[in-house]
Amino acid sequence: MELRSNEPDKSIPIEQRWTKHKMAGKLVAPANRRKYEIIVVGSGLAGGAAAASLGELGYKVKCFCFQDSPRRAHSIAAQGGINAAKNYQNDGDSVYRLFYDTVKGGDFRAREANVYRLAELSVNIIDQCVAAGVPFAREYGGLLANRSFGGAQVSRTFYARGQTGQQLLLGAYQALERQVAAGTVEMITRSEMLDLVVVDGKARGIITRNLKTGEIEPHVADVVVLCTGGYGNVFFLSTNAMGSNCTAAWRAHRKGALFANPCYTQIHPTCIPRAGEYQGKLTLMSESLRNDGRVWVPRKKEDCGKPPEQIAEKDRYYYLEEKYPAFGNLVPRDVASRNAMYVCDEGLGVGPVVDGERRAVYLDFADAIKRLGEPIIRERYGNLFDMYERITGESPYKTPMRIYPATHYTMGGIWVDYNLMTTIPGLFAGGEANFSDHGANRLGASALMQGLADGYFVLPYTVGNYIGTEASKRIGQRTFPEIGTDHPEVQKTLKDVKERIKRLMSAPEPKYGPDYFHRELGKIIWTKCGMSRTKEGLEEALRQIPKLRAEFDKHLKITGTGEELNQTLEKAGRVEDFFELGQLMCIDALTREESCGGHFRAEHEEDGEAARDDDNFAFVSAWGYTGDTAKPELNKEPLTFDYVKPSKRSYK
Amino acid sequence: MSTFNITLHVWRQKSPTAQGKFEDYKVEADEHMSFLEMLDVVNEDLIEKGKEPIAFDHDCREGICGMCGMVINGEAHGPQKLTTTCQLHMRQFKNGPFDIWIEPFRAAGFPLVKDLVVDRSGFDRIIQAGGYISIRTGAPLDANATPIPKAVSDMAMDAAECIGCGACVAACPNASASLFTAAKITHLGLLPQGQAERPERARNMVTAMDNEGFGSCTNHGECESACPKGISVDFIARMNRDFVKASATAYDRAAKSDGD
Amino acid sequence: MQRALTLYQSTIGKKVAMALSGLVIIGFSIGHMLGNLNAYAGEVAFNEYAEGLANLPFIVWPTRFLLLACFGIHIASAFTLVTRNKDARPQAYHVTKHHEATFASKAMPISGIALFLFVGFHLLHFTLAPQLFNAAHFENPFWNFYAGLSHPVLALVYIAGNLALGLHIYHGFFSAFQSIGANHPKYNPLRRDAAVGLATILTVANLMFPISVQLGYIEAPAGYEAAMADAAAPVNDAPAGDH
Repeated sequence: MELRSNEPDKSIPIEQRWTKHKMAGKLVAPANRRKYEIIVVGSGLAGGAAAASLGELGYKVKCFCFQDSPRRAHSIAAQGGINAAKNYQNDGDSVYRLFYDTVKGGDFRAREANVYRLAELSVNIIDQCVAAGVPFAREYGGLLANRSFGGAQVSRTFYARGQTGQQLLLGAYQALERQVAAGTVEMITRSEMLDLVVVDGKARGIITRNLKTGEIEPHVADVVVLCTGGYGNVFFLSTNAMGSNCTAAWRAHRKGALFANPCYTQIHPTCIPRAGEYQGKLTLMSESLRNDGRVWVPRKKEDCGKPPEQIAEKDRYYYLEEKYPAFGNLVPRDVASRNAMYVCDEGLGVGPVVDGERRAVYLDFADAIKRLGEPIIRERYGNLFDMYERITGESPYKTPMRIYPATHYTMGGIWVDYNLMTTIPGLFAGGEANFSDHGANRLGASALMQGLADGYFVLPYTVGNYIGTEASKRIGQRTFPEIGTDHPEVQKTLKDVKERIKRLMSAPEPKYGPDYFHRELGKIIWTKCGMSRTKEGLEEALRQIPKLRAEFDKHLKITGTGEELNQTLEKAGRVEDFFELGQLMCIDALTREESCGGHFRAEHEEDGEAARDDDNFAFVSAWGYTGDTAKPELNKEPLTFDYVKPSKRSYK
Repeated sequence: MSTFNITLHVWRQKSPTAQGKFEDYKVEADEHMSFLEMLDVVNEDLIEKGKEPIAFDHDCREGICGMCGMVINGEAHGPQKLTTTCQLHMRQFKNGPFDIWIEPFRAAGFPLVKDLVVDRSGFDRIIQAGGYISIRTGAPLDANATPIPKAVSDMAMDAAECIGCGACVAACPNASASLFTAAKITHLGLLPQGQAERPERARNMVTAMDNEGFGSCTNHGECESACPKGISVDFIARMNRDFVKASATAYDRAAKSDGD
Repeated sequence: MQRALTLYQSTIGKKVAMALSGLVIIGFSIGHMLGNLNAYAGEVAFNEYAEGLANLPFIVWPTRFLLLACFGIHIASAFTLVTRNKDARPQAYHVTKHHEATFASKAMPISGIALFLFVGFHLLHFTLAPQLFNAAHFENPFWNFYAGLSHPVLALVYIAGNLALGLHIYHGFFSAFQSIGANHPKYNPLRRDAAVGLATILTVANLMFPISVQLGYIEAPAGYEAAMADAAAPVNDAPAGDH
């Protein structure tokens, strides 16, 4: 398949591309907009903002979420902040610099034009959110406060205490509810998209399951927008919400949407480690902790079970400070994460034994407390320390924290063009669900920015452009042929969904609930396709996954019925899709014979550092579904860099 | 690792109309488990035994999405202050009580769906009535065009921290939604951007709150005590003030538009 | 007026109505208590005060109407809200545990009903139908005061009624400020202190009247005992047909 990114011509200077693109786009007259129905799946930053903005424009919007309210989408859990090139601090920031940092941070695996647009829109996002009542932190003069985040050399991060994601999401949620009241948006909660309806090659609707009644419901529309988040839960343990899943995206993939760069996953170094096998979720703590904490493990294996206070200074291995004298504890996320894994692989991990091993390192504040005093540390990290103590029962003021990396963001996702349209006409993807702007690695405080840019500022234009373009092809006729829920394709998809549920509920030898299989799948993906990947490991994973899948098909056990609220059934469907996505992740990781960003192949390193291969791998891997999940079809979208020249990362 | 035995008495109710009852489960709890992880273990066991697991709402498990919530031994979100159910850990029960009664949030405004799952869409409808600032997506003023004193902005943030979990309703002896409604009215009413709609917002949100069948505030203060974000009942006084002021002075849009 | 009625339709409007009417009643209760302190100054002072009040018809009657209206609004609102609040939780919890709610705040409906009965009794006792309770009725207010409170059972009723009043005001006074939105971070702690202070002063002062009479700190007026003896005889001797 030929991939057309539909980005503005490269002869246009990058700073004019979005403006010119909008100018060239087709419009839909205000009076005509209500004739078009748009389905938005997901109500996080991207989905909520898109549904609200499209509704405000006058389209007839239906928005779906699986939670009981659109206010609960997992965007809400983002702590740190949101980047914007406002240069309020007069420290040399600019749209161009944010663009530059993002392309470089993404390890030269993102589309330049998209990234520039993101940086450009970042400025509007802050204006929009402040006007909508988001209570960002302020200085005593009443102006907005900023901080430097994730090693950025400028202070461009806006924040609202440790709850920036919450406040931004509530802003979008309120805008959305305003449209619900105005009658332009119909909000359908406790509803999960289980398939996409494609009619004559175009996305024309979705099939959902009403999670309260179990009813399978068809919804038809003219455009479908997926803002369904990332797939980090493929690892079972991640910082994602328990309900976060890939089903909507994966079902769209099976219907023809290409899936790009699934192996680009981001691992966050400072999460609270597992306390036991029963654990189903990890909690992230702000990276800012590494500013004052020192990371170490015991030098000797026999010390690993001892209380940290009993380990003498000379027996402590400050591995980041030793290996990376220049950056020390502040090395980038992936480096910090990988090194934690290495020391634990060597058997130097600390904390309780879970699944037969200790997987944690210390993050010690004793020196910082000695140097700065407890009050200053309390002021800086009090909330985080309290959260840590609530979860672990240990006080970081008295004993070192234990941390371990965990997945928290996925850069890969549904392939989209510059208009955020997938390879299925009429199907759009925004936010974490698409692959677009972060390349192989995402900068801190950029996820919120991308979600809102897509939702507030990109999709409202590009969806309109699609409708306007289609309308101009059929002047005097209906833009989209009328289809009802009785259309054969809708009915066929509906039947497929019902049969799938029936199949899930009637495994031949039911034995275990879906969590059991999810946990096992997560172990495979985490160890073989996690922080460090090898050819052998990935091949091994590709042998193990189908085996486990066969077990799943045979032994899955779901109690209750499909005609009621049944959380086991919900999980089972999601886990089944994770199986297929996990397989694709491993295939993608295996074919990408280089290390870049969140994808680290142990075979491809130089002096212990990730070795990118721009000559052979400067492309997007966009995978097509062939019907055989073991043999997906690879399409390549070449990436060129006209503004930011690829350079090598080094932190020694 | 230390474990201890507990007996759960969990409210089981198959559907909104079915008769509910408490069922007992014996569990070996690990002190490091979260409360919901403990229920996960119970559920996995129930599934393997061919029984239906306990339905309960949960999502982020970080205490921010507001999806989880149950009444544990008579307390919404359980015994730990400023903590959602998902962040409550079993070490809180290490020294007893070893009998734990788990009930859904009970209120006419929160109709029961199944077991411990309730329908909190009434909160969304309260927000729909006016819990927003009417601003179009597009070209607002520059974010720094209107300075906001830090103290005001901080207080707005205190109110904006509400996670919409409904513990205030669950804990209130009158099942009143005043704290939830007041938090949003205060958050938006404090900001300069929220002034234009302030009177109408107060009137419409309070009316919506009343229409949902929640009780009235009689100033017990239980809501603040149960709130995982510690939202203050002072905001309820603010709401009352805004509402009375609005009722006395608000520009009557309906009357005006009739005349146009 | 339209706006006031619209306001009253809401739960907050009803709470405001309760708060304002409650504050008026509290104001009256304070005046009532202060006036009664004349009892310690003796028969002459007490009767002069009583007659003084009775000679101000342009104040007494409007005040009575205002009070009646306040009681009416207070009780009607309370009834509507209590019913609503009961309906707001159709199924009670099996276990409840409260942290902030006080005995007083939870007992508001009960203490309210008790006060309603008590005020009714008090009006009957001293104004509307004293003969139902007292052996004799006099034209002398102080004698009536003494007669009413010297009866041990009736004194107990007054003690109980005033305890209910104290309990009701302890939560009601604090709550009223919150309901009308009188709230300021600087003065908020004072609201509770003021409620405690007011409830204590009013209750203690009011309780002291029956107690003082019972313990003899307020002595029987001159001639009272004799009159009582006289009054008792004909009642006992009266033929049944007279009733």
